[in-house]
Amino acid sequence: MEHVDYSLLDWSRAQFALTAMYHWLFVPLTLGLSFIVAFMETLYVRTGNPEWKRITKFWMTLFGINFAIGVATGIIMEFEFGTNWSNYSWFVGDIFGAPLAIEGIMAFFMESTFIAIMFFGWNKVSKKFHLASTWLVAIGSNLSALWILVANAWMQNPAGMKFNPDTARNEMINFWQVLFSPVAINKFHHTVLSAYVLSSVFVIGVSAWFLIKNKEHIFAKKSMKLAAIFGLIASFLTIVTGDGSARNMAKYQPMKFAAMENLYDGKQNAPLAVFGFLQKNNVESSPNKQDFVFKIEIPNMLSYMAFLNPNAYVPGIHDLVKGNAEHNILSYKERSKKGEIAINSLAEYTKAKKSGNDSVANAALIKFKENYSHFGYGYYANRDVNELIPSVPSTFYSFRIMVGLGFHFIALFLVILILIMKDKVDKKRIILYTALWTIPLAYIASELGWIVAEVGRQPWVIQDILPTIAAVSQIKPTSVQITFWLFFVIFTGLLIAEIKIMVSQIKKGPVEEIPERSQNQINNKIKN
Amino acid sequence: MFETLSYISLQQYWWIIVSLLGAILVFLMFVQGGQTLIYTLGKTEDERSILVNLLGRKWEFTFTTLVTFGGAFFASFPLFYSTSFGGAYWVWMLILIAFVVQAVSYEYRRKQNNFFGQRTYETLLFINGLLGTVLIGTAVATFFTGSSFSVDKMNLTRIIGDKMPVISEWKGLAYGLEAALNLHNLTLGLTVFFLSRVLALLYFMNRIRNAEIMERVKKQLVYNAIPFVIFFLIFTIWLLFSKGFAVNPITKEVFVEPYKYLHNLLAMPIVAILFILGVAMVLVGIIRPITCFVKCSDKGIWLTGIGTILTVFSLFLLAGFNNTAYYPSTFDLQSSLTIENSSSSKYTLTVMSYVSLLVPFVIAYIWYAWRSIDNKKIDIEEIKAETHTY
Repeated sequence: MEHVDYSLLDWSRAQFALTAMYHWLFVPLTLGLSFIVAFMETLYVRTGNPEWKRITKFWMTLFGINFAIGVATGIIMEFEFGTNWSNYSWFVGDIFGAPLAIEGIMAFFMESTFIAIMFFGWNKVSKKFHLASTWLVAIGSNLSALWILVANAWMQNPAGMKFNPDTARNEMINFWQVLFSPVAINKFHHTVLSAYVLSSVFVIGVSAWFLIKNKEHIFAKKSMKLAAIFGLIASFLTIVTGDGSARNMAKYQPMKFAAMENLYDGKQNAPLAVFGFLQKNNVESSPNKQDFVFKIEIPNMLSYMAFLNPNAYVPGIHDLVKGNAEHNILSYKERSKKGEIAINSLAEYTKAKKSGNDSVANAALIKFKENYSHFGYGYYANRDVNELIPSVPSTFYSFRIMVGLGFHFIALFLVILILIMKDKVDKKRIILYTALWTIPLAYIASELGWIVAEVGRQPWVIQDILPTIAAVSQIKPTSVQITFWLFFVIFTGLLIAEIKIMVSQIKKGPVEEIPERSQNQINNKIKN
Repeated sequence: MFETLSYISLQQYWWIIVSLLGAILVFLMFVQGGQTLIYTLGKTEDERSILVNLLGRKWEFTFTTLVTFGGAFFASFPLFYSTSFGGAYWVWMLILIAFVVQAVSYEYRRKQNNFFGQRTYETLLFINGLLGTVLIGTAVATFFTGSSFSVDKMNLTRIIGDKMPVISEWKGLAYGLEAALNLHNLTLGLTVFFLSRVLALLYFMNRIRNAEIMERVKKQLVYNAIPFVIFFLIFTIWLLFSKGFAVNPITKEVFVEPYKYLHNLLAMPIVAILFILGVAMVLVGIIRPITCFVKCSDKGIWLTGIGTILTVFSLFLLAGFNNTAYYPSTFDLQSSLTIENSSSSKYTLTVMSYVSLLVPFVIAYIWYAWRSIDNKKIDIEEIKAETHTY
C-alpha cells in the first residue's frame, strides 16, 4: 500500500480552496440577483409599467453573464470530491452523495429549463408564464444552494449517520436529521441571506454609477430602492443567523470558535474582542501562539454570544489541546489515543470476522464503538497534535472584517433608502461613490465568510471523524500541481473576461424597449 | 413502497437509473457534436449564428445531465466515484475542463469586450465537442476493458508511522490517460464522437430553415455516418466476442469469462431486444434522410435519438447486470467493482429511490417548457428578432 505525501495534501487543499473561492465569487450574485429580478418583473406584470420591463431585462442580462461563469466554476466542485478526495468519497459517500444527486434532479434542471424561458421566452409565452419562469429560476438556484449547504453543514456537524464496520464507512440512518440538522438550517439561511446582501450592494453600486454619470435616473432610483429594501431585510436576518452560526460553532466546533476569537485560555465571563491586533508569540508548548497587542473588548459578551449566558465558560485553544479536567475536556493526546484504539479495533474486528472468530470480533466492535467519536484523532496518534489548531489570524481577522463590513452595508442601505425617500440621492455624490466602491467590499466580505467557515474547521473534512490527511486521493503531487495551475489560469482568464463583459454591458445601459405593438408586428412577420 | 424492495433490487434499480442517465447524456451530446460542426456547416456569420444559437438553447441540458449523472453515481455507487475519479484523474480532469470552458462560451462569444475574442470561444466549443465526446466514450469503454487499480476499504486502518492510508490505488501510469491508448476504448470514444455529430446533423435538419446549411448537413450526414457505423461495428463485434469480467454469485469472486458480454446478451433477452431495437432505430433514423429523393424526413433526430438512448442503456446493463463486474480491475480482479460491492447502503438507496420519483415530473416540465418556446424551425430573421442571443 502506498501512502499519502504531504505536498500532495497541500496541493489538493490549495486546489479545492482555489476552485471553491472562485466559484463563490459568482454564486452569491446568482442567488440574490435572481430574486431581485423576479421582484422587478413582478412589478412589471402588476403595474404594466414598461420601465419595469426595461429594468428587469437589464439586470437579467447581467445575471446571465454571471450565471455562465458560476456554472463553469461549479461543475468542478462536484467532481473534485471524487478526483481529489477519494477516501472521503467512500468514507461518507453514502450520506454526502445524496444531497449532490438531489441538487441535480431538483434544482439544476429547474434552473436550466426556466432560465431558457426567462431569456428566450419574452415574446413567446404569456406574461404570467414568463414571470413564473423567472421565479422558478430564483427558486431553483436557491434550492441548489440548500442542498450543497446541507452537504457542507453535514461535514461540520455529522448527523443522522452510523458507522458500519463491515463496509468501513459511515451510512445514513436518518435523512431528515441530515436535512434538518440545526447547523444545516442555520448555514443555509446565513449563506443565502448574505448572498442577498451582496446582490443588493451590487445593484445599488451599479445604479449609483448611472447617477454619477448623470443618466438613467428613473431606472437607477427604482433599482436602488428595491435593492435597498431587499438588502436591509436580508442584512438584519443575516445578523440573526450569524448569531446562530456562532452558537452552533461554539457547541459543535469549539476549536474553530476559540481560534476565531483568539482565545487560548478558556474562561467564564469571557469578553468579546470587537477588534484587535495579533502578534505571533511562539512558546515551546504552544507553537504559533498569537497574543493581542491591542484590543477593544466588551465584557462577558463572548460567553453570551456562545451560550446565551454571560457567566458561561468558553473553552480556549489550550483547554482543547491540553485538556481541562475541571470542565470535562479531554486533551487532544487523549483523544488521539482513543482514536487510535478505534482504528485498531476496526482492523481487529475485520481480521477476526474474516477468520470466523466471533467473540474476538464482538469484543473489538464494542471497543470500536466506545471510541468512535474520537476516530479522526487517531490519525494524529504519531503526529504533533498542534496540527489540529486552525490558522488563528486568518479566522480572527476574517470574522471581524466580515462583521464590520456587514454593518457598513446596513448603513449604506439605510442612507440610500432615506435619500431616495427624500429624492436627494442623485445630489449626494460622496454617497454614490461610496455605494460604487462598496461592490468589491461585498465580495471581500463574502469570501471572508468562506474563510471563517472553511479555514476555521481545518484540518477536519468531517468534524472529529476524518481529517484531510486521511481523506485525500493518492495521485502524484505534480499532477495536482498541474491541475491547480490549469484552473488558476483558466478561472483567472474567465474572471477577467466576465468583468470586462459585465462593465461593457453596464456602460451600454438598459436598452430601449420596443413597444409591444411593434414587437407583435415583428413576430407576425416571422410567422409569415 | 421502496422499503419493501430487497437490497439487491434497489442496487439494480439504481444501476438502471444511472444507466438511463448515461444513455440520455450520450443522446444530449448532440450539442457537443454540433459544436464541432459550426465552421463546417456555417460559412457566413449569419449561418454560424443560427447554429450556435440553436445549440446554445440546449447546452445546459447536456451539462445538467452530466452533473446529475455524476451526482447520482456518487449517491448510489460511491466506491466507483472514489476509485475511478480519484484514480483515472487525468481523464476526468480533461473532461471537466472541457465542460468548464463550454459553460461560458455561448454567453460570452459575441459579447462586447469579451477579452479572448469570438474565435477563441468558438474554438473552446470545438474542444468541448471533441474532448467531451471522445474521452467520455473512452472512459465508459473501461467498463468493459478494465483498468489497473486496487481497492481495499480496510486500508483506512493501516497507518504506518505518520504515513496516511489510501483506500484505492491507481496502477495505470498516466492516471487514466492510458485508457485512451487502448484501441478498444478509443474505438468507443470515436463512435461517440461521430454519433454526436450525426445526432447534431439530424437535429439541425429538424430545426433549421436555411437551404444552404441544409445542403451541407446532408453531405456531412453521409461523411459522419460512415465512420460512426464502422467504429460502432468494430466495438460491438469486439465486445460480443471478447472475454468479460464475471462474478460468482455465491462466493462473489471475480473471474474472467470468455464471451461474457455475449452470454449476458443471451441471458437477458429484454436487454438483447432493447439493444437490437436501439441499433435499428439509430440506423433507420440516419438512413431515411440520406436515401430520400423528393421530400426528406426531418424527424430522424427522434428515431436516432431514442435509438441511441436504448442502445447505450442496454450497453450499461450488459456491463453491470447478470453477475458482471462493471468496473473491472485488470491489476487485481478481486478489486473489481460490482453493483453489489460498490453501492450505497439500503437506507440511502431507498431514500434516493423516492427522490427518483421526481424524474418523470422533471421530464414533463422540461417538455412543456420547451414546447412553449421551441415549436417551429428557426432562421436568421428569428435570431435577429431575439433580445437575447449568443
